[in-house]
Amino acid sequence: MNRNIVISFGFHILLVIITAMSLPFLAKKPIDLPPIISVELIQITDKTNIPFAPKAKKIIEKVKEKEKKKKIVSEQAPPKMVKKEKQDAIPLPDEKIKKIKEIKEEKQNPEKVETEMKQVSEFEKKDLFDPNSIAALIDKSKVDTALTKEKTDKITQDQDKSIDFGGLSLSEEDALKAQIFGCWSIPLGLPYNENLLVRIKLQLKPDGSIIRSEILDHARMNRPGQGFYKVLAESALRAIKLCQPLRVPSTGHEKWKELQLNFDAREMLEG
Amino acid sequence: MLFRYLLILLILSPLKAFALIEVDITRGNLNPLPVAVSPLSIDEKSKSNFEKILKKKDLGSEISAVVENNLRQSGLFNPLNKNAFLQKPDIANLKPRFEDWNLIKAQALITGKVTFVDEKLRVEFRLWDVLAGKEMMALAFTTVPSNWRRVGHIITDKVYERLTGENGYFDTRIIYVSEEGSKTNRIKKLAIMDQDGFNNKFLTLGNELVLTPRFSPTNQMVTYLSYFRNLPRVYLLDIETGMQEVVGDFPGMTFAPRFSPDGKKIIMSFAQDGNSDIYTMDLENRIVERITNHPSIDTSPSYSPNGKYITFNSDRSGYQQIYVMNSSGKNVKRISFGNGLYGTPVWSPRGDLIAFTKLHKGKFYIGVMRTDGTGERLLTENFYQEAPSWSPNGRVLIFYRETKTNSKGEGFSAKLWSIDLTGYNEKMVGTETDASDPSWSSLLTN
Repeated sequence: MNRNIVISFGFHILLVIITAMSLPFLAKKPIDLPPIISVELIQITDKTNIPFAPKAKKIIEKVKEKEKKKKIVSEQAPPKMVKKEKQDAIPLPDEKIKKIKEIKEEKQNPEKVETEMKQVSEFEKKDLFDPNSIAALIDKSKVDTALTKEKTDKITQDQDKSIDFGGLSLSEEDALKAQIFGCWSIPLGLPYNENLLVRIKLQLKPDGSIIRSEILDHARMNRPGQGFYKVLAESALRAIKLCQPLRVPSTGHEKWKELQLNFDAREMLEG
Repeated sequence: MLFRYLLILLILSPLKAFALIEVDITRGNLNPLPVAVSPLSIDEKSKSNFEKILKKKDLGSEISAVVENNLRQSGLFNPLNKNAFLQKPDIANLKPRFEDWNLIKAQALITGKVTFVDEKLRVEFRLWDVLAGKEMMALAFTTVPSNWRRVGHIITDKVYERLTGENGYFDTRIIYVSEEGSKTNRIKKLAIMDQDGFNNKFLTLGNELVLTPRFSPTNQMVTYLSYFRNLPRVYLLDIETGMQEVVGDFPGMTFAPRFSPDGKKIIMSFAQDGNSDIYTMDLENRIVERITNHPSIDTSPSYSPNGKYITFNSDRSGYQQIYVMNSSGKNVKRISFGNGLYGTPVWSPRGDLIAFTKLHKGKFYIGVMRTDGTGERLLTENFYQEAPSWSPNGRVLIFYRETKTNSKGEGFSAKLWSIDLTGYNEKMVGTETDASDPSWSSLLTN
């Protein structure tokens, strides 16, 4: 009897441990990264987006022909060998990408918004522009780039594999963001002390055009006192329609065929 | 054993569900929204009727021009050139061909129809989302034909509200001091006009000097400063009846009047023996209440929109600075600490900001700060400018600016200017004469 209880107890403990380990948010560890403005990363991804070099392409085609009888390779899925090369080129794990992205948002955006929103009288414009600071900024970006490289070099092969689930790379995400920034006319009269987050789920075709768009908090539109949310949601939908086809990666449609865009106007409106 | 593997597999399987990619969009553009304002369609019979009454050939086009001008002046919209429109107004109002409007990069489209019904003007309008291909709003107004400009302003307010998320400010009026003559011999009259400068009317003859007119929240009363028995006194004027009266029976001079948010009280400064303090007077029972009691000069009081607080300027610290206190006069706190002198504080209708005039190193600035004094932003700088007044939605400030005279004493002028809260869209507001001390009314249609 006691033995059965002990076995049962042990089994339950095991289950709890497995459950806990399998929950991704528990596995995530806070990573303390320095603020990085990742200019270099964009170039890395550009490289990975370049089609196979002619020489390499020939070799791959030969290998393909040999294996043709054994395997069926779909047009969209890249050959296995090449896929590995791609991973090596962007050895950033999921969590790290997200963290870098977040830090970048904090550092870069408010500064830019302030120059646009805050002060426009001539005398203060002069104060805002300091030519001497350009050299300092260039130096800072060099240091930041070096730090980015150092960080990416440290990432292991194990972490690398997680990128398959991570979605877009930093530069792919940046390209998409930059496109939508240009299309989104933010309604300026919204109350900035309210929750101004609109989440839109998209279904995309391989060329980036939109099959379906869905506002995730649709019910909020009809709640009393939330009239501004409708205005905001409509502006976000307009931005998506204006921007389409979206600037998505040329490969990996499976990965991003469903995409969620979180439009948050608060940062811009708070100025 | 197999059961265990299955169980583990079951637990681990949700990992794949986290693969939905999320992208945060935290920035957008602040460019004016491209909008197409199609001329309102009008049938021939209505056209000829309105031509007889109003001497306007095409009232539909005239009303759409009012809407277009308002939207352009706001700085938030870019009305597109009508020559590029491919669809006729009457068909566009029934069923717009969105591809055509998309082609000219319009994101919103305004269409409408004007008819003459029972000696009245009936205007219907529709706002369309061109990109989504759907109607956003449809309304109709009926009024006397002479009100056609107001209909244009009301349409603009509705469009503005639907597209920006905040109330409009177009169906409003501005009261100001009209100035004529040389700088040393100015004739000052009270004048009132629509916010776009049309329908200008003079309310006083110019026999007495008038200063600092302020609208009541009810829009029918104006309080201002004029001279009574050679003493500056606060007056009350009913715009509709033309009746005016002196406010209170004070032994000294009263100045800097302003209404409370409910329109039931007037708050002002009363000066006697070199000391000025802030007083209120109830307009119903005429009871006067002293709010501040300090040997310094306390003036320019302005209520917060909820009526619980008052901002004013005082030199109690040695220099003129801005203060905030409870409406009872307690808890006085200084909120301006920057270099220079601060004056004419005005609480925003939204309640979150206070606009002010600042004098620093011989230059005048119009600026805003939060109600606790943080976040000071100077919006515009000039040789001489002051007296900011908020639009009813708290988006735009109107003030007046004077120019320098040359060595011969010529070239002096005083004009009204407006500027957006963000510091953009600084524009001169056209007036028939020189103008100063503007005050913006609240929306006429509430």
